Amino acid sequence: MDNKIKKVDLIFEKVDYLNILDRAFKRSQDEIILDVIDSGLRGRGGAGFPTGLKWKFAKNEDGDQKYVICNADEGEPGTFKDREILTQVPEKVLAGMALCGKATGANEGFIYLRGEYNFLLPQLNAVIDKFHKEMKKLNFDFTIKIKSGSGAYVCGEETALMESMEGHRGEPRNKPPFPTTSGYLGKPTSINNVETLVFALMIANEGPTKFKEMGTFDSRGSKVFSVSGDTPKAGIYELELGMSLEDFVNEFGDGDTKAVQIGGASGFCVARKHFKETVIGFEGIPTGGSMMLFNSTRSMYNILTDYLEFFEEESCGQCTPCRVGCQQLLKGIDAVKKGIKPPYYLDELQKLSETMRLASKCGLGQSAPNPFNSIINNFREEIIY
Amino acid sequence: MTNIEELVKQQTEAHGKTRESLMPILQAVIKSERFLSEDAMVAIARELDISTADVYGTASFYTFMDTRPKGKNIIRVCKTITCHMKGKDAVIGALEDLLKIKLGENTSDGKFSLLQANCLGWCHKGPVMLINDEVYPEVTPESAVEIIQKYLKEK
Repeated sequence: MDNKIKKVDLIFEKVDYLNILDRAFKRSQDEIILDVIDSGLRGRGGAGFPTGLKWKFAKNEDGDQKYVICNADEGEPGTFKDREILTQVPEKVLAGMALCGKATGANEGFIYLRGEYNFLLPQLNAVIDKFHKEMKKLNFDFTIKIKSGSGAYVCGEETALMESMEGHRGEPRNKPPFPTTSGYLGKPTSINNVETLVFALMIANEGPTKFKEMGTFDSRGSKVFSVSGDTPKAGIYELELGMSLEDFVNEFGDGDTKAVQIGGASGFCVARKHFKETVIGFEGIPTGGSMMLFNSTRSMYNILTDYLEFFEEESCGQCTPCRVGCQQLLKGIDAVKKGIKPPYYLDELQKLSETMRLASKCGLGQSAPNPFNSIINNFREEIIY
Repeated sequence: MTNIEELVKQQTEAHGKTRESLMPILQAVIKSERFLSEDAMVAIARELDISTADVYGTASFYTFMDTRPKGKNIIRVCKTITCHMKGKDAVIGALEDLLKIKLGENTSDGKFSLLQANCLGWCHKGPVMLINDEVYPEVTPESAVEIIQKYLKEK
């Protein structure tokens, strides 16, 4: 095995989470937050906002009612790690939420669980009941409820998620104000990805140093990867951040890898010629965990069509650049493939995608151009012929 | 009071009459009826004291909230990238042949609806299908047919 790939076991390791919380609750809010800031932990859902700062902003808000939300609306194609975390170590997720609640001054937490994972509900509710009793023993007044989604990818966007929790269409809000100022029901809210919460708990357990020593300057620590596609080793792996894509492919590829899509449908497609210089991390190409490998038998045209169909269906339709843009990109590559439009029409489509990136309201429309441009730039001939 | 009004009343009592209860109430009706009828949406609007258009507007946003009749068992085959690569089309073809319906249709006995869904979060074990809330990863055309035959044997 290539030793450049370093496997880590922080997320799925069984720990005495009550002992960690007991120790953490004896410290001040600022001390808890400072450890998270010092560790360099950044959000593991994909966007990578520094977690400690997020907690600090929420803590600094006035108001006696604040919320913690665990974002378990894992909808990015190629990502399935949060389901596995919630299946294997649900109590660590709840403990991470309680830690965040203590640090920011919130007594209520919600898990927004995607409807596709409804089968987890009985098991999760049982763990939550037990957890509530344990929190009473620790003298911390903290309750957690589950809110279910109903099959909308855009609800993974934090403000759309809150709209959905409030009983509305899952349409993203304008930012600012950010959720830490005005989130669920207009109250200060810290919303974190499932994996982020577990890392925060582990940082409270071991201190920031061990975490900080892993990874690189921009990408501290480790990350749970969801590996799928043309690979003999599909599955979930926690790996130290900062490896090159070449090392990754040497470990997980089938020997015939032609391209890797990093970061799911909204991420970037990297062709083999760029594997060596591509770093997986915030200084290179970040990912919420999704790594899809494609070998030489795959048509990049079909893959791009799948991505664009996905965005066309999942665009909430609220803003024009995204609603119309996703449709036109899909129609456009179809027209070029059929010869209805000339090959240079792709250049026009790339201009449209730039407009989408600049003018869309939320991350969905802003990132739908990522797979489009990276596939067109690397595999233009496959799209045309 | 009709059955659906009864159900909506029960659910509003359980979840409360605030706007935040709309999603749980809609989800409960879906769980029991598989779709939201006009009667159901009118009843929900009346209980929560909001307009029916608002209820429809919210429900129609969500893929899992159908406003047209659906079968007792809803089959959703994942169609996104890796499940596509691993052969979801063959699975859908086998189910179409077995149930004698096309994608998007209901069987005439009202037992099944056959749909596609966007990524279900099982990319390492594709193709995957969901029947109501149950997950069936790594299905083949043959195993998918066997699974449906089990459902067929139930009443």
